[in-house]
Amino acid sequence: MTAPGAGHGAGDWWGTEDVSVRFGATLALDHVWFRAEPGQVSAVVGGDGAGRTTLLRCLAGALAPTSGRVRRPARLATGYMSAGSGTYPDLSVAENLAFRATAYRIPPETARQRGAELLARAGLDKVTGRLAGHLSGGMRQKLGVITAMLHRPDLLVLDEPTTGVDPVSRADLWLLIARAAADGAAVVLATSYLDEAERAQHVLVLDAGSELASGTADQIVAAMRGTLTVTGTRPAGEAGRRAWRREGRWRVWDPGPAPGAGDGGAVRPDLQDAVTVAALARELARADAERESR
Amino acid sequence: MWAMIVKEFRQLRRDRRTLAMMIVMPVVLLIVFGYAASFDVTTIPTVAAGPQASQAAHLLGTPFEVVDVQPSQNRAWAEEQLRDGHAAVAVVTGNGPPEVLIDGSQLFTAKAAIASLSAAQAKAAASGAAASGGQGSAAAPKVTVLYNPGLNTSDIMIPGLAGVVLVFVGTIITSLGVVRERQSGTLEQLAVMPLKPRDVFLGKIVPYFAVATLDLAIVVGVGVTLFGVPFRGSLAVFALGALLFLFVTLGIGILISSVSENQGQAIQLSFMVTLPQVLLSGLIFPLSSIAAGVRWISYLLPLTYFNEISRGVMLRAEPLTSLWQPFLFLALLGAVVFTLASLRFRAYLAPAAPRGGAGSPHSAPSPASAASAAGAAAPGSAG
Repeated sequence: MTAPGAGHGAGDWWGTEDVSVRFGATLALDHVWFRAEPGQVSAVVGGDGAGRTTLLRCLAGALAPTSGRVRRPARLATGYMSAGSGTYPDLSVAENLAFRATAYRIPPETARQRGAELLARAGLDKVTGRLAGHLSGGMRQKLGVITAMLHRPDLLVLDEPTTGVDPVSRADLWLLIARAAADGAAVVLATSYLDEAERAQHVLVLDAGSELASGTADQIVAAMRGTLTVTGTRPAGEAGRRAWRREGRWRVWDPGPAPGAGDGGAVRPDLQDAVTVAALARELARADAERESR
Repeated sequence: MWAMIVKEFRQLRRDRRTLAMMIVMPVVLLIVFGYAASFDVTTIPTVAAGPQASQAAHLLGTPFEVVDVQPSQNRAWAEEQLRDGHAAVAVVTGNGPPEVLIDGSQLFTAKAAIASLSAAQAKAAASGAAASGGQGSAAAPKVTVLYNPGLNTSDIMIPGLAGVVLVFVGTIITSLGVVRERQSGTLEQLAVMPLKPRDVFLGKIVPYFAVATLDLAIVVGVGVTLFGVPFRGSLAVFALGALLFLFVTLGIGILISSVSENQGQAIQLSFMVTLPQVLLSGLIFPLSSIAAGVRWISYLLPLTYFNEISRGVMLRAEPLTSLWQPFLFLALLGAVVFTLASLRFRAYLAPAAPRGGAGSPHSAPSPASAASAAGAAAPGSAG
């Protein structure tokens, strides 16, 4: 039970092994395998109710899985920002940091230095006396990330750190995230933005609690079967089921190897296309299976 | 307007606790005020001492209920009976006219006793005059009110009020402080922090404990200096009682917050717990006046016991040895409430699934599972 995996030292990575989580009748996670490497950023993407938050809660230790295994460092070496920043609205920025520092047993001088440095990096050094509840949404998210990474955790778990945040604050947040990874943390973040997921070294796409795709963004794109074409109007008939709107035009996926259904040219898919295609393929397969069973 | 009405009823239906409160509260109030809210004293526990104790006991009619007759005992014994709460009135006989001692810390009972005595005296005087001579004048007793000779309301209210203050801080404020963590979404952070549930539990309680202690000191201090309420007994016994009582009320506060979803629910539940304590603990209405069918509730309420302790210590200088019963019951209540509260609190910090087992930290992988996990970079399973 204690032997490390082939080619990996013990404790080299954190993640889940065949984890399932059931809430009553709902299967929130369905046999999910996931690994987060130190020094890398891993993104967990998926639609609403895909199981992202459940997976992150398992990783952070807030939730015990129904079955399977979670590999995570000790509590002292884990950092977690729950959805909605997890800061105390009635404490000031500095007080929020002080509470974390004490709870994670960071020496006061170290906490002061590191806090000041992170606040400056996030542009929050001018508002240390302000109540967290009086910060803008983006500032509060940045504070949430800073408090979660203050103690230099080995595993940093961030639930939607950039949701509802303006582009400038998003850039700040990514600076913080990159900093944590550069410090050696395995960073896991949930996001709804696929362009953001492309910046991560590893991506896990969840759909209805199970893995839809995983790997680097390039690997996921390369693994896409069939071809993608762009048209001005939605194609009629069967092809219409495999079409979706993006940036004002219609994209049509053809599972076959040769270009076909669309009247426009074939396009190189990006991560967003690949994920949409994967979800579409699963949906069509499910619909076909249902039709056959009837 | 119709849209608002429908929406409001739908929301109300979802909030079962408010709905229950709206229906249960009037019933509770009806029962409390119907059966408990009474200043009428129907029985007065009385003891008699001295050589003519039996005769004196015989002469006493309603509302006096003679509970003990000791011809061989004296005034000191009688006083002790009042101090320790065994009786509200004591008749001491001996040479000369008998002396009636009345416990002034039981305000309404004392007033009733004085009223009954003077009525009986008037009657005796009338019949004595009719019989011309006799021993009527010799029987006119000397009445002494002990512990609260002025029969001041503030003297008996302030020791009880100290308990009410502790209930407010301990139960209502504490229940809000804990449920706030759930509402602000910080509870989950606490659950994953390297803090033991015990640390979180105590860390939550200690500040309220400190504030409540300060409040108590203020109430007692103001009562003694401004209202001239006596503090005759031992400060240590009083402090011990307050400590036990605070543990119970803080435990109730934590218990309430761990079964409440939001601050509104916590407030409602707190009031459901607090209101009966104020009304049924003997603070306002004498316990003996509360109908027996409702009185048993009084004995489940911590404030009932704290009242006994605070009045006993402050007014009658009751020692710990005679207060062992309220202390024992407070300790029992405290043990039950605190155990429940800490169990609920543990569950509260681990909201979704049992801890340990599959979720234990630092679980090492089997070689096979690590190898499978290493293959996670393979293309996704879209089919």
